[in-house]
Amino acid sequence: MHAVVAGGLALLTQAVAAQVLPDDRLDLLYHFYDGGGMTIDGPSLLVRRQIGSSVSVSAGYTVDSISGASIDVVTTASPYKEKRTEISAGVDYLRGSTLLGLTYTNSEENDYTANTFGVSVSQEIFGGMTTISMGYIRGFDEVGRSDNPDFSEDIDRHSWRLGLTQVLTRNLIAEVAFETISDEGFLNLPYRQVRFVDPESATGFSWEPEVYPNTRTSNAVALRSRLHLPFRAALQTDYRYYFDSWGIDAHTAEIGYTHGVLDRWTFDVGYRYYRQSGADFFSDLFPFQEAQNFRSRWKEISAFDSHAFRVGVNYEFMAERRGFVERSAVGLSFERIFYDYSDFRDLRADADPGEEPTYSFEANVMQFMLSVWF
Amino acid sequence: MNRPGWLIVAAAALLMGGCASVEPWVKPYERDRLADPIMSFERDPIMASYRRHVFDVREAARGAAGGSGGGCGCN
Repeated sequence: MHAVVAGGLALLTQAVAAQVLPDDRLDLLYHFYDGGGMTIDGPSLLVRRQIGSSVSVSAGYTVDSISGASIDVVTTASPYKEKRTEISAGVDYLRGSTLLGLTYTNSEENDYTANTFGVSVSQEIFGGMTTISMGYIRGFDEVGRSDNPDFSEDIDRHSWRLGLTQVLTRNLIAEVAFETISDEGFLNLPYRQVRFVDPESATGFSWEPEVYPNTRTSNAVALRSRLHLPFRAALQTDYRYYFDSWGIDAHTAEIGYTHGVLDRWTFDVGYRYYRQSGADFFSDLFPFQEAQNFRSRWKEISAFDSHAFRVGVNYEFMAERRGFVERSAVGLSFERIFYDYSDFRDLRADADPGEEPTYSFEANVMQFMLSVWF
Repeated sequence: MNRPGWLIVAAAALLMGGCASVEPWVKPYERDRLADPIMSFERDPIMASYRRHVFDVREAARGAAGGSGGGCGCN
């Protein structure tokens, strides 16, 4: 019996084709977001370098500078973060057809710190036709308040990932991914408020703090495919279904088309649709004070849908090796996103409580990238 | 090992034995198109990562959003 198992395992691991380490490259990015009264921009850097024949290390740095005020700030005067910095580091180790990865990410805001550690393994089988991957991510967040230095609460996060990539034909490759995430701790947003009907208030409503459950478990399953078309083009189709213990379910569907022209140019167009239901404890206007144990008026967990349209272009301006640089490229992408909320109302309008128009906004996202392979 | 444990081991061995007989129907030398960067699930990781962040912070859904590291066996 043991021999049978050992034999099976040997067949599983003696895959014919070998995996490869990611390319050695340096990416410099400038990102810009403008929407809903907020502007967020900043640089991002990612560098990856192979050491010897089986190890690759990476390091990343991102800054988000935030200015303006979102609808929540306008209507409840809650403070907002002005800057976020993120650093990341990773190591990949290749042995035959197995790729092992370790990652670390630290994200810092003036009132929020997140540390994340990840381990992953991927294995090619059946002559490189199939790749299975698994990952585990552990997160430790620290929630603070910028107006109260003594305030400090924790969140513990666990995430498990499972993926399978399959070569289907000479022109078609597909991927199935599953991820479950479990959070425990202070999941409240400390500054946020909910509103409730208050006949004694001049506006007809008053505010009280939000209260969230201290656990959340979510599941997501995604199916992605890439189809190679004639004339060096590719069709992308992605779908993801999501559901969680807060009563939210969501669908994400995306379609994209990539076209290569004259070896050096690559053009992209795409459309993404997203739709989610609201959390069980979300309400734009609660009927009275402390109407229920858990309550939220955070629009991100309310019901809404969004449409996003993107275009992008890449140009390889140095296709031949010069010194230590193998090739270089620039990339530019622009995406316009339309958000339309079903239950979250825009309190800037002059109307009776609960009769205000629902909120919607548009956002522009721009990215400019310079990449060097070496 | 208890009885269910043996059953799992036996089932796993059978599954692996069955899988081992599957011949790759797309040979390595037929994977040139799959190896083209335009077919990548994540062609530019830095741009993909930022884009994921843009959606993640505004949506409740999270996870299974790519970057899982799967390959196409193209090399």
